[in-house]
Amino acid sequence: MTAPLLEVCGIRTRRGGIEVLHGIDLDVRAGEIVAVIGPNGAGKSTLLGTIAGVFPPAGGRVRLAGHDLGRRAAEEIVRMGVCLVPERRQIWSGLTVRQNLLLGGYHRYWRDRAGVRADVARPLRIFPKLAELIHRAGGHLSGGEQQMLAIARGLMSRPRVLLLDEPSLGLAPRVVREITQTLEQLRRAEGLAVVLVEQNVKAAMLVADRVCVMERGRIVLRGRPAELLAHPGVRSAYLGKGYEVAG
Amino acid sequence: MLALLPQLVLTGLTVGSIYALVALGFVVIYNVTGILNFAQGEFPMLGALLCASLLAGGLSVPLAAVAAVAAVCVLGALVERLAVEPAYGSHPLTLIIITFGVSMAFRGLALMVWGADPYTLPEFTPGAPLVLLSGVLTRQAVWAIGLSLAVVAALFLFFACTVPGAAVRACADNPFASRLVGISPRRTSLFAFTLSAGLGAVAGIVIAPITGATYDMGLGLGLKGFVAAVIGGLTNAPAAVVGGYLVGLIEALATGFLTPGYSGAITFLVLLLVLFLQREGLLHGAQRRRA
Ligand SMILES: Nc1ncnc2c1ncn2[C@@H]1O[C@H](COP(=O)(O)OP(=O)(O)OP(=O)(O)O)[C@@H](O)[C@H]1O
Ligand SMILES: [Mg+2]
Repeated sequence: MTAPLLEVCGIRTRRGGIEVLHGIDLDVRAGEIVAVIGPNGAGKSTLLGTIAGVFPPAGGRVRLAGHDLGRRAAEEIVRMGVCLVPERRQIWSGLTVRQNLLLGGYHRYWRDRAGVRADVARPLRIFPKLAELIHRAGGHLSGGEQQMLAIARGLMSRPRVLLLDEPSLGLAPRVVREITQTLEQLRRAEGLAVVLVEQNVKAAMLVADRVCVMERGRIVLRGRPAELLAHPGVRSAYLGKGYEVAG
Repeated sequence: MLALLPQLVLTGLTVGSIYALVALGFVVIYNVTGILNFAQGEFPMLGALLCASLLAGGLSVPLAAVAAVAAVCVLGALVERLAVEPAYGSHPLTLIIITFGVSMAFRGLALMVWGADPYTLPEFTPGAPLVLLSGVLTRQAVWAIGLSLAVVAALFLFFACTVPGAAVRACADNPFASRLVGISPRRTSLFAFTLSAGLGAVAGIVIAPITGATYDMGLGLGLKGFVAAVIGGLTNAPAAVVGGYLVGLIEALATGFLTPGYSGAITFLVLLLVLFLQREGLLHGAQRRRA
């Protein structure tokens, strides 16, 4: 077994003065996709935000390839190769699609200007729709197009660890499949590690190597998708009664 | 009476181009940080007086001007790091009052260093004035209008067409998303103050040969620039430039057609009118940023 690329040990995070993560442990190896599912308010977004440096943890630690990320700020952590694609898209509405993409690579822009400019072609191959809209202002895209842009912008940072917060929200099934294929390809070609927060549990189960179930700031269950699918509690809570494993 | 008009318009455009630069300084800082920087008017004063001292020290005009602008940029950066940055997270009013304090400190310091007497700066290119229609335009006025337009154009290109410019706009638009791609709001704020200080210094140096330079010139320039920025809605740079020219024209026309004493009062009447017509309060942006 290779050592984990991302190690989360005993993370506690407070929001608005209240502790909402009560000691989370999570390992992700290079090339692995780990899904985090759970009800609204379980703390999934807070977990991704803590890893990305948006919320400083009150306790515990996050390590990347053995190096402690300590209490580094978000803008430094993206430089080290951990990129968060946040919920609610958060694209820059006044900037064009192209500017949004270029800024996705901002952390290495001063070192490699030509490289960042050349990289814009890569997400456009994955989302050809964005190529047609390249000079459109981000605020003038549809919700699904903005979601594509948010993911494309995340890929522009050339992450080693990609943290995706509900990427399938608002996207047509075909686009979700394209994103899934992209993730599969990136993990094989580049060893990209992915932490995937999803409400769409079926989609998450299909792509993930391992799944964690979060409730009230704790991981209450973890295992391979097949194991969790066999778990009666998970099936009734997240998949509905009629769900078949083969479906 | 109407024969005066061309001359008044030319005078208005000249001072207006200076107000436009000061207004741009307001807009850049407000967009990036949500702060109304009432020390903005002191940067032209510092630029002009530093330039005067450097000239007295034997430097040539271009060298003294560039050195003075650079020095004021450093002062702008120091203001951000020492006075503003430590107070981020406080109430917007606190930050605004800090900038008032900075403004008074600079004025007091300038009084100690340069005294109360006005300094004159030589025209950049001395010579006979140009005659346009029935008005005259001094060569320095041409410098003022031309340089201000050039700076505005360069700034527009920077923000519209370069990646670092887009990064500054991104940070003003959504600081959270900006941090996620590696844009530091702290550095962007530092940059905004440095840039705005530089804009102010250019304005002060280019107008001083016409108006002279005194330790308290920042008060008027700052308020006029502020009115111009408010006319432009505080966040819209091109509109603030138009606002600068408008304030200049209103002031010149009021001076010419009413009595000179009224020109200041008219400017503030315009400010009251604009504030009255604007639905959102001035602190709106700052409050949104804190949320
Ligand atoms: N700004 C805040 N101040 C105080 N509490 C907050 C704040 N934001 C979120 N919380 C609380 O933190 C907890 C975890 O929120 P979080 O957004 O991480 O949940 P989530 O699992 O991502 O939910 P969802 O599926 O709805 O996105 C919730 O109980 C929420 O009420
Ligand atoms: Mg969430």
